[in-house]
Formats: sequence, structure tokens, C-alpha cells
Amino acid sequence: MSFRVVRGSWGSTVGTSLAVAATIFFALFPLWGSDSTQLTLVEIFYFLSLAQMWNLLAGYAGLVTVGQQGFVGVAAYTIFVLSEQHSVDPFIAIVLAGLLVAGLSIPVALFAFRLQGGYFAIGTWVIAEVFRLTTLRIESLGAGNVQSFTVKNTFSGYSLESRRDLLYWAALALAVGATAIVVLILRSRRGLAMQAARDSAVGAECLGVNVHRTKLLMWGIAAAWTGFTGALIHLNSSTVTNQDAFSVLSWTALVVFIVVIGGVGSQTGPIIGVVIYWFITDRFEGSDTWRFIILGLVAVVMAAVARRGVDGVLQRIHPFEIFPVRRRLRREGAPK
Amino acid sequence: MTPTLLDVADLDAGYGDFQALYGLSLQVGAGETIAIIGANGAGKTTLLRAVMGQVRVRGGTISYDGEDLSGVPTHDRVRRGMGLVPEGRRLFPSLSVEENLMIGGYGRRPGRWTIPEVLAVFPMLQPLLKRASSTLSGGEQQAVAIGRTLMANPDLVLLDEVSLGLAPVVVHRLYEALPQIVDGGTTVVVVEQDITLALDVADRVYCLLEGRVSLSGPPVDLTRDAITTAYFGV
Amino acid sequence: MDWVSALIQGILLGGLYALFATGLSLAFGVMRFVNLAHGDLAILAAYLTLSTTSSLGTSYWVSLLIVVAVMAVVGYVGQRGLFNFTLGVDPLPGILVSFGLGIVIQNALQEHYTATDRSIDLGPILTKSIRITDDISIGWFPLLTLGVAVVVLVALQLLFSRTRIGRAFRATADDPQTAQLMGINDRRLYGVAMAIAFAAIALAGFFRGARTSFSPSSGTGILLFAFEVVVIGGLGSIWGTLIGGIVLGVAQTMGNQASIGWDLLTGHLVFLLVLLVRPQGLLGGVRS
Repeated sequence: MSFRVVRGSWGSTVGTSLAVAATIFFALFPLWGSDSTQLTLVEIFYFLSLAQMWNLLAGYAGLVTVGQQGFVGVAAYTIFVLSEQHSVDPFIAIVLAGLLVAGLSIPVALFAFRLQGGYFAIGTWVIAEVFRLTTLRIESLGAGNVQSFTVKNTFSGYSLESRRDLLYWAALALAVGATAIVVLILRSRRGLAMQAARDSAVGAECLGVNVHRTKLLMWGIAAAWTGFTGALIHLNSSTVTNQDAFSVLSWTALVVFIVVIGGVGSQTGPIIGVVIYWFITDRFEGSDTWRFIILGLVAVVMAAVARRGVDGVLQRIHPFEIFPVRRRLRREGAPK
Repeated sequence: MTPTLLDVADLDAGYGDFQALYGLSLQVGAGETIAIIGANGAGKTTLLRAVMGQVRVRGGTISYDGEDLSGVPTHDRVRRGMGLVPEGRRLFPSLSVEENLMIGGYGRRPGRWTIPEVLAVFPMLQPLLKRASSTLSGGEQQAVAIGRTLMANPDLVLLDEVSLGLAPVVVHRLYEALPQIVDGGTTVVVVEQDITLALDVADRVYCLLEGRVSLSGPPVDLTRDAITTAYFGV
Repeated sequence: MDWVSALIQGILLGGLYALFATGLSLAFGVMRFVNLAHGDLAILAAYLTLSTTSSLGTSYWVSLLIVVAVMAVVGYVGQRGLFNFTLGVDPLPGILVSFGLGIVIQNALQEHYTATDRSIDLGPILTKSIRITDDISIGWFPLLTLGVAVVVLVALQLLFSRTRIGRAFRATADDPQTAQLMGINDRRLYGVAMAIAFAAIALAGFFRGARTSFSPSSGTGILLFAFEVVVIGGLGSIWGTLIGGIVLGVAQTMGNQASIGWDLLTGHLVFLLVLLVRPQGLLGGVRS
């Protein structure tokens, strides 16, 4: 009698197939879809990207950060400098901005990782503020005034149509990529180690897991992807303002609420959360503040009493997996 | 027959998915001194913690003074007169020796135990009152732990592995205090590794094996062979 | 001379910052709970002071007493009704609940009071000062703030070291399970701790609101400064809170003296330096 580690079930096969089908569907959308829906989808995609990365950090790596807006803002100004001031192709600049943010995230970790739990969270917020204040001081970045991406510099060579579609596909790529990265990480041995470290750092270290390096790796990956996304977001809106680029409300609070409602530390949490967010904002035209109040209250209640979010509720009804991540031991051969 | 103070009936209890006690039953009469012996992992500490409400009970009942304790939180049980000197002593590091004793009396239950009374039983603590509890020897810490529980003026005192990690001479000195504790009619349950000591002090003995009672009775009725079988399960 | 003046202003500012930090470190000290809504609650208190005065006609000082009492009750209820459910080994629920709450409060204040700058106008006391020399003067109000901060810290120190409930706080912080064996109802005790913390937060909000104008988003700054004070001063040290506040205050005023507008950034950089070089804080390391 022997045992085999098996991944995947018919559920995850269906789930993965649906995900692939959805990706193809959305990729083809610009060919027949309406412009306004396309714009809405861009927003959905970049929120999904941010949500996946925040969930990776807070839900799996035990790094509960409320400072991702720092990375978004740095990426925004980076792409502004690259594309608007130095005419680097905007889509190449997205990549460069993300890489710069990833590099920056290492010294950030040097400071932040000295803190634990709630104080770590506030620490990330302080660091984001440092980035914001620093960019505010730099004259060449406009010192807080509204900066715009112009057709003359950034988008030279792109028609309005191609710019719109390329931004759409870039956003889709970021959303799909973020999801894929998280699945791949969770499937990997590193991912297993990371979850072990989340549950018990001491226990994990005893098993030979380098907790610090694993956390740093996740931190860097999330920073990079958040950087790509932040660059795209501002390219899409064509403007960069200090207050908005580094807004904790837009780039952290909303993302946190989305993931919490969907289910922190679950595969589907970010996806469910983004879908719910779409429904709510689609139906209710209320002000920004009311959006935060409602979503915030729901998220607070769920974080207290329904810790696994909507995903948790669904799992309780019937356990499922949409991507093949979980490892199962399957017995092979007849028992003695 | 003395009235039953503590009645454990058919108790199932454990930690998370792990079950430690299986349908365990025992009774403690008022004023009695009971010893619980058994190998490591037999469930002795789990039993005491379940009685105090610190371990989840899945089946069976625990009654104190005729009242079912289901749903009664630990601090309420202490207010009703139950006390536990926990395994490992668990003194509060942020509190001095004197403060550890004082916090024992937090519930302000009326009774004879005060700090001077505790010092009368454990005079070696007198010069140590202002010291940080972590600077004390094992035996001194155990004395503080016992004194701290007594400060709540309990009618039932549970002592978990008092002798653990202590030299025999120190253990004997601690047990010399037992008569003074029992004197006022206090009911005592001792969980003990040292079987000889247990048989010496107890009115009745229970032996646990793998979460169940394997033997019980007054010491005089228990043969060495019976105890060995009950202890090791062979 | 300007530098000396900046130093003095910084020390006085430190009093306000120490007051900021008190509520935050109290909650953490007793129950390991980091309240990310800390700053927003302080600003809430400031707004409540304004509303209490405008609706009841009382002076701001009387409103302060009312608001402190109300906030204490809110803290007790909030702890027992919400925060108690987030306590445990995993810090995630506590962070999420308090962060979310802070955002909700911020936005609710925005809805109700709008984003217009407001302030608690205490009148002449805000501008009166003691002349030390021609160039240096000490404002009465900042001095009062520092005084209140010291009084609060001393009171808490005495509460923790000399009283029955203070012993209970320390014991429960050490070992909640064994504390229950002492007959301590930890759920209720946490409620009381939070009530005291909220009272301190209300004070912080009042003095903040009187010192400079505020808006619904001013809470973030309070949280960040309170946190920096705690880290600079050292966890678990009451006097560390005062030292930490002063260090941060001086860093900010000196930074501003060096170059206008550099106050916040200098403060943050000093915080980062301390975090890098002495992460346990200036007075931290061992429990006090």
C-alpha cells in the first residue's frame, strides 16, 4: 500500500476551466462590448489585482499591511516621471515602476519587519506617509499639484482607441496575473512554508523554514504587483495628485473591505469581494462617504463574527476549491 | 457519609479535536482529601482544568455543591469557592510576591485566609514579599502559588502536580502545610506524581489511565499490584 | 535663539503627543489590542465637544467632562460588544475591526459635519503666554496640555501600581487564564481598561481640537503620532510615553525650524531611526 499526494478535484477542474473561459471572454470584450462597461471593467480588474496582493500578504503571509497606498503612490509618480517627463513608452514604464517599487520594498521591510501585529500595520501606514511627504517636497514632481499624462508626451503614438484597449488588456493581465501568482505560490513548497509560518513562526522555523526570507519574498512580489497596478491606475486616469495617489481610503480601505467581505485568507475571497463591490457600486449611486460607511460596517461585523467572509459561508454549505491548491493524501493499492 | 461537594459524572473533555477524558466519574466529599494519580498523559491536569472551566466539556456533568457548572465561567467558579493551584505554578511576573498573594484575594470571599495567615503556614516567604516572583526558587514559588489560591478562601482546593521539579525535601516541607489547610474543613484534591506521598495524605485515591478511572478506594484497600496495574495498564 | 524657542515648543508639543499615546498604549498593555481607530475616536471626541456645547450651551470645559464620560461608556460597551470578540493569538481580526471602524467613523464625521475645518475655541487662554525673554515665550495652553499629560500619566502609574484593579490589569496582561483563577472576570476587566483608554482618547481629542483646527481626516495624524511615541518611548513604559512624546515633538519643531514644512517628515524620520537603531524604544526592553 502506498500513498500519493494529489492536488485538484473535479471542483477545481471546473473552477479553473471557468476562470480560463472568463479570461478569454474578457479578453475579447473590447471587440464587441460597450465603452462605458469597458471602463468599469478596468476598475474591477485593478481592484482585483490589489485585492489578490493584499490577501496574499494579510491572509496568507501574516503581513497585515495598511500601507500599500505608499507603493501605489510611488508607482504613480514613477510612471509620471518616466512617461510624461522622459517619454518612455507607458506600458514599458508600468513594468519599470513596479520593479522600482519592488526594490523599494526591501528597505521598507528593513524597518517594518521590526514590528509585529497591529504595530506593524501602523508602521506600514507611517512609511506610506513618508513616501507621500517626500514626493510632496520634490519640486520637479509638481509639489502636490495635479499632474497630467498628456497625449503629447506619454501617449504619443497611441490613438484614443488603442490607448483605451491596451489599458484594458493591461488591467486584465494584471488581474489574471495576480490571481495566477497567488495560486502558484499557494501550490508551491514556499507557499506551504509561508502558511505554516503564519500559523506558527516558531514551529515553522523548527521545521527548517526560513521565515524571514519567505515573508520578504512575498512582500516583494506583492509590492511589485501593487506597483504595476498603481502605475496602470494612474495611466488610466491620466492624472496624478499627491493626495489621491497616496490615499489610504482608495487604495487600502476599499481593498481591505473587499477582501474581508469576500473572505480573507481564502482563494476566492478577493474574487467574491470584487464582484460584491461591483454590484453595490453599480446599483447604488450614493456618495463616496456612504460607500465607505456601508462597506466598512459590513466588513467590521464580518471581521468580528464571520471571519472567513462570504467564502467561509459558502464553504460551510459545501466545501469547494476553484483552483487546485489543496494537497490530499490518496491511498493507492489494496490494504494488507 | 459526608455530603458530596464535587460530583463529576461521565465526563468527556478535551482540546480541540483531541479527546482526553472518556466518561470519567468521580466524587469528592466535603472535608475529604483526595489524591489523583496516574501516568503522564492520563488526563489528570485536564480533569482539574475541566473542573475549573478551562477546558471544553463535550459530555457529562460537573456539579459543585449540588449545582451543575455547565456554562459557568472560571471566575464565577472561583467566586463560588473553587480554587486551583495550576500546574507550573504560573505566578504573575509583573507582580511582586506580595502582590501575587493580594491578587489571590481579588474576589474578596470572606474567610480566614489573609496574608499573615499564609505567612504563618509558609514562613519562608516573609522576607520575600517585595521580591519579583521570578527570582524565587521553585519551592518558594510553589508556596506562593498555594498561598495565592488560599487567599481566595476556597472551600475546594485543587493542587496540580505540586511536587513537579522540586527536591523531595522541599516537597515534604510543602506537604507539611497540608494539615493547616485542611484544618478548617477545606476539601483538597491533589494530583501527584509521587504515589507514596499521595497514599500518605489521602483519604481516598483515584487512579487515572488514558482518560478513565482505573482504580479507586481508600489507600489501605489498595494493594501494590492493583495500583501498578491501574497505573500502567498492564 | 530660534532654536531654543523651537526646543521649548517641541517639549510642550510633546505633552500633547504623550496624551495622544496614552490611550493607545493602555489598550495594548492590558489586552494586546492595537486600536487603529484611535485617532479617529479622538477626533470624534473633538466633534462631540463642539456639538455638546452648541446643543447644551455649556462651556467647552464642561462639555469636555461630559464627552470624557460618554466616551468612557462607549469604550466599555465597544470593548464588551465588539473588540472582546477579536482578542486572541491572531492579531488579524483586531486590526481589521479597528481599522474598519476608524474608516467608518472618519466618513460618518464627513457626512455629518462636512470637511470644513473646525476648532474648539477656548478663547484667550489659547493665545496667552509667559514671556521668558524677548524671543522666548511659553504658551499657557501648551503648558496646560503638558501638565494634563503628566497628571494623566502619573494617575495611570498609580492606578497600575497601587490599586486592586491595577494589579488585576497587570495580572491579566501577564496571564489571562490564571487571572481568571483569581476570580477576575477578564471580559469585564477589558471593558474597564478600554473605558479608561477612551477617556484618555477623549482628552487627547479635546486638546488637539483646541490647539489647531481639525477635520474628519485629522484622526490619521493622531494615530500615527501616538504610535510613533509608543515606539520611540518603548512599549510598556509609562514614562517612556512622556519621553517619546517629547522626542517626537522636538523632532518636529526642530525640523520645522530647519526648513518650513519639514516638521512631519522630520518626526517620521526620527521615528524610523529609533526603530532601526533601538527597536525596543528608548525606555523599553523590560516590562516596567
